[in-house]
Amino acid sequence: MKFVDEYRDIKTVKALAEKIKSAVTQNWTIMEICGGQTHSIMKYRLQDFLPKEITLVHGPGCPVCVTPLEVIDKAHFIARQENVIMASFGDMLRVPGSDTDLLKIKAEGGDVRIVYSPLDAVNIAEKNPDKKVVFLAVGFETTAPANAMSVVEAKRRNLTNFSILSSHVLVPPAMHAILSSQRSLIQGFLAAGHVCTVMGYEEYIPIAEKYKTPIVITGFEPVDILKGILACVEQLENGEYFVENEYKRMVKKEGNIPAQNTMFEIFEITDRNWRGIGEIQKSGFKIKEKYSDFDAETLFDLEGLSKDEPKVCIAGEIMQGLKKPFECPAFGKECNPENPLGSPMVSSEGACAAYYRYNR
Amino acid sequence: MCLAVPGKIISINSNNSEFRTAKVSFGGAVKEINIQWLPEAKIGNYILAHVGTALSIIDEEEAEEAIKTAKEFEDIQKTLDESLNK
Ligand code: SF4
Repeated sequence: MKFVDEYRDIKTVKALAEKIKSAVTQNWTIMEICGGQTHSIMKYRLQDFLPKEITLVHGPGCPVCVTPLEVIDKAHFIARQENVIMASFGDMLRVPGSDTDLLKIKAEGGDVRIVYSPLDAVNIAEKNPDKKVVFLAVGFETTAPANAMSVVEAKRRNLTNFSILSSHVLVPPAMHAILSSQRSLIQGFLAAGHVCTVMGYEEYIPIAEKYKTPIVITGFEPVDILKGILACVEQLENGEYFVENEYKRMVKKEGNIPAQNTMFEIFEITDRNWRGIGEIQKSGFKIKEKYSDFDAETLFDLEGLSKDEPKVCIAGEIMQGLKKPFECPAFGKECNPENPLGSPMVSSEGACAAYYRYNR
Repeated sequence: MCLAVPGKIISINSNNSEFRTAKVSFGGAVKEINIQWLPEAKIGNYILAHVGTALSIIDEEEAEEAIKTAKEFEDIQKTLDESLNK
């Protein structure tokens, strides 16, 4: 496929790896923020190409993994109601809540549907006027505009039976939280290229300056990731720290402004709880008051549904780059993709699932 | 879920300013994608699509540039290898 295959060329990958090797003189720890990049790194075994001085740690950039247990439980509660169709992206179906998952609810007769796009959920609502259609809207800044568009579109079509259960998270506040932690080992960041297609990268400039940490906007194919690492290593070796765009074919400095406008029409910034990490201030979106008719939180009685996380899961430490999945006592034993105890084992973008699939 | 993939616009279905859609080919598989956030998108453009919406038009010059610089490393390495083997 054009714009894909040429970025997987093994000769180019090897040449870039050589270049990184000759640039490195000391140990560096770099975090890739996005789960899609973690997945590529494991799939193409990119760590094997890198010199031993480079340690890659995997960030919290899997929205499936960080969706709080409380939201998952709320989705399960709603999906069990009469006359409800729960629509969701496929990878949310097996995310374990306190006592079940959407797949089990579906097997028990619940109307749970997998959609490719939030706009498909709007179409389902249009075709089923006697049912309440709820879309489980999770995601980072990449997905939030499309989720917002579903509300805009439902309103435009005068639908009164469509709502979203929203749990959106934002990347820059998570980077602040990771870098300001006393325990942080991170010296450089690969920023999530697709988040930046929407948001651009001006927000990262003060972060790079404040924490004296290079931030490189990076794509998802092997050549992209190695180019990102090379740019990051060159900055680290030169004692520099600035925001660099290594994904120019997709990302413009200002991002996609119409998409941002749609997003900020529907959502406003709020404090958010990240599964496994805890609350991060101003790190997510909630639906604005004026769109509360489309907010599942106000349409269903969801009080008192929150519970604690299973104790054994160390997902939080993994997503802050403090531990690797195989350091979790449950990894590959009680916890595996067939029977996940924590969400990073569910999504293919979760660090635990990526390690299980490609590293064993 | 965060996956976003490049595809080529093969036709523009509706030019409704509130809901502009196109048929996009992803290596042969064709899907309907909302392109309203890319008012300048034209037939033949490659776009980056995510959950049914197009987020950016791929800058073909930059795409080639990225490959070219990577290829240059390859050439440098080849010359290095050759000089070492001499
Ligand atoms: S292996 Fe399972 S239990 Fe352990 S951190 Fe990962 S998801 Fe949690």
